[in-house]
Order: sequence, then C-alpha cells, then structure tokens
Amino acid sequence: MSAGHGVNAIDRALRRWEGTASRRDFLKSSGLFVFGLSALGAAGEGLAAQPAADGPYPDPDFLQLDSWLVVHEDGSATFYVGKTDGGQGTGTATRQMMCDELDIAFDRATVVMGRTDLTVDQGGSGGSDAIERDAMVGRRIAAEARRVLLEMASERFGEPVEELRVSEGVISLASDPSRSVTYGELVGGRRFDVALTGANINQAGGVASIKPVQDLKLVGQSIPRYDIPAKVDGSFEWAVDVHLPGMVHARNVRPPFAGATLTAVDESSVSGMPGFLRVVRKGNYVAVVCEREEQAIEAAEGLAVTWEKPATAPFPPSDDLFAYLRSTEPEPRSGGRGAPQVEGDPDGALARAATVVEAAYDVPFQGHTAIGPAHALADPSDGQMTIYTNDMKPYSHRTGIAEFLGMPPEEVRVIWMEGPQLYGRTAADDAGFEAAYLAKELGRPVRVQWMRHEETAWDTKGPAFAIDLRGGLDADGNLVALDYRSRIANYAHVGYNQARTVLIAQLMGLRPERPVPGGAGGPDEMYHVPNRREETRAVRLPLVFETPLRTGNLRDPNGPQITFAAESFIDELAAAADADPVEFRLHLLRGAADDDEIFRRARSIAVVEAAAKAYGWEARPSPARAGGGRLLTGRGIAYAYRARTTVAVIAEVEVDRENGQVRVPRMVCAHDCGLVINPDGLENTIQGNLLHGISRTLYEEVRFDGEKVTSVDWRSHPTLTHRDAPERIDVVVVNGDPNPDRPDLRPYGAGEPSHKPVPAAIANAVHDATGVRMRRLPFRPERVLAELQAAGV
Amino acid sequence: MQETTLTVNGKTHTVNVDPATPLLYVLRNDLGLRGPRFGCGLAQCGTCTVLMDGRPIRSCILPVSRTRGEITTLEGLPEDGELHPVQQAWIDEQVPQCGFCQNGQILTAAALLETNPAPTDDEIRRGMNPILCRCMTYFRIQSAVKRAAAAMAETEADR
Repeated sequence: MSAGHGVNAIDRALRRWEGTASRRDFLKSSGLFVFGLSALGAAGEGLAAQPAADGPYPDPDFLQLDSWLVVHEDGSATFYVGKTDGGQGTGTATRQMMCDELDIAFDRATVVMGRTDLTVDQGGSGGSDAIERDAMVGRRIAAEARRVLLEMASERFGEPVEELRVSEGVISLASDPSRSVTYGELVGGRRFDVALTGANINQAGGVASIKPVQDLKLVGQSIPRYDIPAKVDGSFEWAVDVHLPGMVHARNVRPPFAGATLTAVDESSVSGMPGFLRVVRKGNYVAVVCEREEQAIEAAEGLAVTWEKPATAPFPPSDDLFAYLRSTEPEPRSGGRGAPQVEGDPDGALARAATVVEAAYDVPFQGHTAIGPAHALADPSDGQMTIYTNDMKPYSHRTGIAEFLGMPPEEVRVIWMEGPQLYGRTAADDAGFEAAYLAKELGRPVRVQWMRHEETAWDTKGPAFAIDLRGGLDADGNLVALDYRSRIANYAHVGYNQARTVLIAQLMGLRPERPVPGGAGGPDEMYHVPNRREETRAVRLPLVFETPLRTGNLRDPNGPQITFAAESFIDELAAAADADPVEFRLHLLRGAADDDEIFRRARSIAVVEAAAKAYGWEARPSPARAGGGRLLTGRGIAYAYRARTTVAVIAEVEVDRENGQVRVPRMVCAHDCGLVINPDGLENTIQGNLLHGISRTLYEEVRFDGEKVTSVDWRSHPTLTHRDAPERIDVVVVNGDPNPDRPDLRPYGAGEPSHKPVPAAIANAVHDATGVRMRRLPFRPERVLAELQAAGV
Repeated sequence: MQETTLTVNGKTHTVNVDPATPLLYVLRNDLGLRGPRFGCGLAQCGTCTVLMDGRPIRSCILPVSRTRGEITTLEGLPEDGELHPVQQAWIDEQVPQCGFCQNGQILTAAALLETNPAPTDDEIRRGMNPILCRCMTYFRIQSAVKRAAAAMAETEADR
C-alpha cells in the first residue's frame, strides 16, 4: 500500500518502525509476526511510503508474550489488544489496567486494537466483555512481562528479585536505589521470547499473579481518553477516511420490495454517465462502480432495474405484527430451545391466588440506525485482500470474507478502524463483504458506502416481542406466581459475519445449511417467586431471507424488550398489592436467603436501595394523585442485571396531557459493575446507555407496510434529540460486594446493563404520573395522547 | 466537469468536478479533509456540517458550485495553533463516545456562541437540536457548550 492522502496512522507507524530497526525481520525469522510500534511512531510524520506488511497474514500466536506486548528502546510499550472500542473507552481502560500491572506511566504506552494481522483473536467487541474478560487477560500478560523484567534485572544485579523495587519502568535495588535499570535497557527492541500457557486465548497467562486491587494506581482514575483530542480537532482517521491510490467507489441497488426477484438490468441507462465503470450483478445483488463517489451515487439512483414482487406478502404490516405473533403457530421446539422453564406449580398457585393480574406487552422491531451508514474499503493488491472496516468483530469478518470469496484466511486481513458506533450492527458488517467481493471483481480497491435509506431500512433489527404475563398475589399482597410467555419475531438470526447470512450472500441466493430460529431468555432479575413459568417461542414471518427485518444483536440484545414487560408488570403487581414499587421489589429480592457466587442478590438489593436513596424516593403506591395542570409528573423504577452487573434506574417524567409528549427531565442510575477502572469513562458510558434507552422508549420503531420497510430516514424513523436530553442524571456507582475491599475484586461489564431497565422505568413513571399503563413501545405522543384520552386523563 | 474555485480553511483550491457535486465529496475526496462526514445525505443529521462564512451548513446537499465565501471545517477551527474554546471544552468534558457526529456538534456550538455568547439552557437545546448523536452524548455536549461559553467570556473579560 502506498500513501494516498489519508493513511492509517498505525501503518505509518509500522513503516517507521521498519525503517528504523530490523525488528520485523528478526521476529519474522523466528516465525513470529509481531511488530513494534513506538509511542512516538503513532504520531509519526514524514514517513516514506512503502508496503506495511506483505501477505500472507498468519494469526499472531497467543501463547507468546511478544504477541501481546512490546517494550521499546525508550522504555515505552505497545499493547496489542484483539478488541474494538465502540466509543466506551475500552482502549483507554485496557491501557490503564496493563500499565498498572507492567508498572509504567499511562502516557508511556500505546494500544493497537482489532487488526487481524497484529493482534491476537480476542473476538473483537460483544457482550460488554472487553474489561470484564479480555482486559483481565491483558493484566495477566502485563504482570508476566513485569515478572520477566524483574528476573532480567535480578540477573544483571546479581541480587534476588525480592531485593528489587519497580517504579514507572525503572527497576532499582531497594538497598541502593542509585543502582537501577530501565525496562528499555533490559529488553527494549528485543523479544521477551517467553511462552505463555492457557488452553485458549481467554485463559492465556504466565506465571505471575496480578496485583491486589489495593496496589493498583491507574485503575480507578478518570484518565482522559486517548482518542478524544484527535476526534475533536479533525485529525482522527476513521475507516471512512482511508484513501488508496486507484480506488473506486461503489453503491448498492437494493430491491424496492422485500423478497423481490431481479428480472432485468439495463446497463445502458447509466453506461454513458461520467466515471461509470461497471454494473456488478449476481442473483438479486446489484452494485454500480464509478470513479468518483458522487458518480456512483448518481449511477446507482439512475440504473434501470426491473424487479418482480414475491407471490406472497413478506410480512404483515407493522400495525398487525403483534396480532400475527400471537395468532401464528410458533416454530417447533427443538433441542431444549423454546421449552418452558418451570419452578413450583405456577398454574396451581395462580388458581389459588387471591388476586390475579394479567397484561400483554408489545415491542416493535427497532433498528440500529447508526449515525453513519455501513462502509468499507477493500484492497485486492498482491493477490491478498485487506479490508478497512469498523466491523466490531474483525476476526470473524476475516474468516467470513475468506470463506465468501473462496480465499485462504491467511490471505485476508481485516484492519479495524473506528466508525459510527457499533452496538451489534457491525457484528455482521455487510459492507466489508460487498467491498471485498467488488474489489475481487474489479481487481482494484473498492470503497462501498450505504445510503441513509438503505441503512435505516436494511440494517439488522432488534427483534419484535409480544409478551403475555400473569401474576398471582396472595391475600397479604405477596407475589406467589409469575407466568411469562413471549413470542419473538426472530428467525434466521444472521449471526456474526457468516459467509452465508450477510445480506450480500442472501441476495446472491446463498443460505445457511441449517436456519435456526432465534431465541431469548426470560427476565434477568433475582426475585424470589416460588412458582414460575417462563416460555419464549420464535415465530416465523413469511419471508425469512433477503428481508429487511433480519434480526441481529442490538445493544443488550432482547434485554430492554423483555425487561420493559417484566419490570412494568412488577409495578402492575405492586399497584394491585397497594405497595410502594421500591419496597415491593426489595421484598421480592429479600425473599430468599441464598445468593450466588458473585453475590448477585445482595448486589441487586444494593443498587435498588442506592437508586431510591439518590433520588429521594418517597415511599407510596403508584399512581400519584394526578394534579390538575397540563404537565403531569411521576417517577418510576426498574431494576435488572446483565451477566454480573446489577443496575437500578429511576426515571422522572413529565407528561403533557394536551399533546401526549413525554419528557424525562431526571434520571438516576445505581450501577454495580464491581471494580471500576475509569469512573468518568463509566459515567459517560452509562449516560449514553440511559439516553439511548430513552430514545428506544419514546421514538424508535421500524415501520413497514405489507411489502417494504417505510421508516427510511430520520423523519420516518425519529431518534432522541438535544431537546429531549434529561436536565439531570445522577450516576451512583455501587459496590455491593459483601467484602467490598476484597483484593481480587473484578470488573464486570458496563457497555449495556444500564440500557436494560430504561423503558420499564419510564413506563412506570408515566403510570405514576397519569395512572395510564403504556404497554406498547415506543411512547410517541400520538399514542400516549390516545391512551390518556381513552382513560379520561 | 467544470473548474470551481473555493476557499477552505484559508486556502484557495480549484477542483475540476461536476458543478452539482455536493460540497462534502469535494472536501473529503479532493481536499482530503476528515472533519465533515456522510451521515444521511438529506440534511437531516448534521454530521457533514461545515461553516460557510461562519454559518453552519449541510455540505451533503450543497452543490460545490454554490459555495460562497469562506468554508471552515473542523480542521480549520483552531486559531494560531490553539484549539477553539469549544474544542477544548469538548476535551475537558470528555464529550465523545464514538465521536462520529461530533464534527457537526462542535461547529454548530461554535457558530451558536458566535451569535449568542451567553445562551440559556433552553437556547443551547434549541440551537443544538438539529445535530443528531446516536451515542446520545447530548447531556455532555450541553455541559461543554456552557463550559466553552464561560471560557470565552473569561477571555473576553481579560482583553
């Protein structure tokens, strides 16, 4: 690759490295492909343009310390992390944790993330596990490097390791601090050559133990994110910014109707346009390639294509979706999937209950609708394939594209660069597959970018749910039975970057060998209810493939939908019991004495109590007695856990009884994710989770008629805006561990958990304010107004 | 194709493109600028914002032939090597998550404070409302605008 007017900073740095040292050859001759990158190099300038790394691109060996961590001559370090940062600051937090274990200053390290040729396969992003799982591996590796450095110093000084002290990359004798050696002097520019152990990447580690929490200095500090200055001054290089010599631009032409079959393409309709190069067509996939980007846009719009509508409607209109989900026979249960989970005797307990409450909740499909649409650049130079992408899972992107193109994986590399959010959409990044396919067809670098209507209509969707709940209270208002039954429109889940399920593959007629109905768990709470049933069944829409309603993971997949129903219903039960919603929950949480190994029950109680205290919660049943003014105010709580993190959210709302507009002026979030690495980064992440949750609660819905998605831009698919942002957000960081000072306290995930309770908290607040129970998302003004009027509010 | 001359961040450029080409593609692909980015192509989201004679415009829909006066992109906002107070406030408040939309947020805030140096909370909300953020960093953006306004007032008072 030679320099265009925008070249990846890492590549520049790598070139610089290669120009200044023989390290690469040395490592190469040893069978390792580990590249050093000096801290200075990342901002290097005036570098000669030369190939960064010729293929093939074998996997870095995760059992070699050198694959994870390099110490340079100047004592700075580079960490190689097989994750991707979606803007939650996981790169900064990982660097804090590894610097702490290695014992170097934060500004003496850089992090390289998500390059399949340079970083070990830690899977990229997903499941809020970057800090909880993968950075803990990084800690172990950094601790091992420190141990090895101490041994080297011990040998040099002829003194036992116990007599040595380490401070910021300098090892000295405790008895004579004037005798010291730096990390750079010990190993700078050379390999550690230390083998690690571990059955898999997540278990990789050495002999050294990680430090007790009390000895960590950088962990727990709000160190500013390293990526923010360049994002603010315009110098940051995103995946959208990469330019290569000779690259050309493509735009897709999508079927105008779901399930349509392409019958004819009239290339002459665009072949005379300036810059026109090719129409590429295979099956129902069509793209136009032009020299310039605006030419490709115009040609894709102008291309005359004839489509034939499918014989049967692909799906019911969005207004009929929930009736369809409830009336259609679900997919057969198979292999335990869809089987009800039963505890006690729910039917008997409901029959004996003093009060039975029943309610039905509906959640529509919701899109990811990233602020920038899908995009990628693929370079087929030298018979290899390099993809520049913001795919959050670059490793499966690589193997998926290799399989799709019929290339050996080692001839394909994926270079992750930042892009517009991730939240699950880029776990199946279609544009990278399209760019690679077109680059192979044209034999030159091709950049693909989707248009807005394409992204909003055809991105992956969070599945729609229809949830029916029954609950039984005894004469004292105790919850004795809970029956949760959900139907989920989640068929042929597209998975992650699979060669047969990405959109281009579907349109080309490829199909997975075994299409699998999607599933979902039940509510994530720790309530003690003696009799329960939970059942989730997938319902198939008529069109399974080539559909704009293909599902994919959307931030905390399924959690907000399930919790909207479950935690709204807990409030309905509390109201039926004439109980305060906080007290009612605490009673359910305290109902059992036992707890699990991570104290999830105790930590659930802690967040509910902390949220109520921070809000200044006044104990009383809901709804509040409505006042007479135009604006009705109320407060609502919801609680949940995700994996090992517990969270409680309180929303305060104002409901305008004249136009149905709901506002959320204040939110409180109590959050226990164990060890906090970067408090400000955590707070920013939680704030984003909460506001994204407000957006999904008030506005977001995929609309469709019987043949196509009709919500295609920011007017037809509205999102939260500045006007809707709360005026006050209180984030309360909780450590509810019974032994809060435990030296082995672990961090748990924070990228998604606080998203989960938001819709229910708002629904409960709207009920508190108005007495009206909103059971269908989103709460757009016209829907709220209709409910208020029906209830005579 | 037609030669068009435009002034961007204080430099004059001549490009040879279809005069109907939206300014965004010229800035990104011909001039190599990274600040303005494609978000919607419909002037709905603000990700492509640039300043034209100090006023925020949507470069995704403005034909290059209709640009007038001085174009300023995010890269051109600093003066004499110093970040604009709005940019500094963005760092101090640690505003961005992914950061993809922040170009439009920062330029719109800078233009807002130019015409209204001491906006109320409500004026900030209304002034910033056209710029969308899907990481939903609105809360911090609004704090940063207030911080920038205070910093600019202090600089003014020192003069």
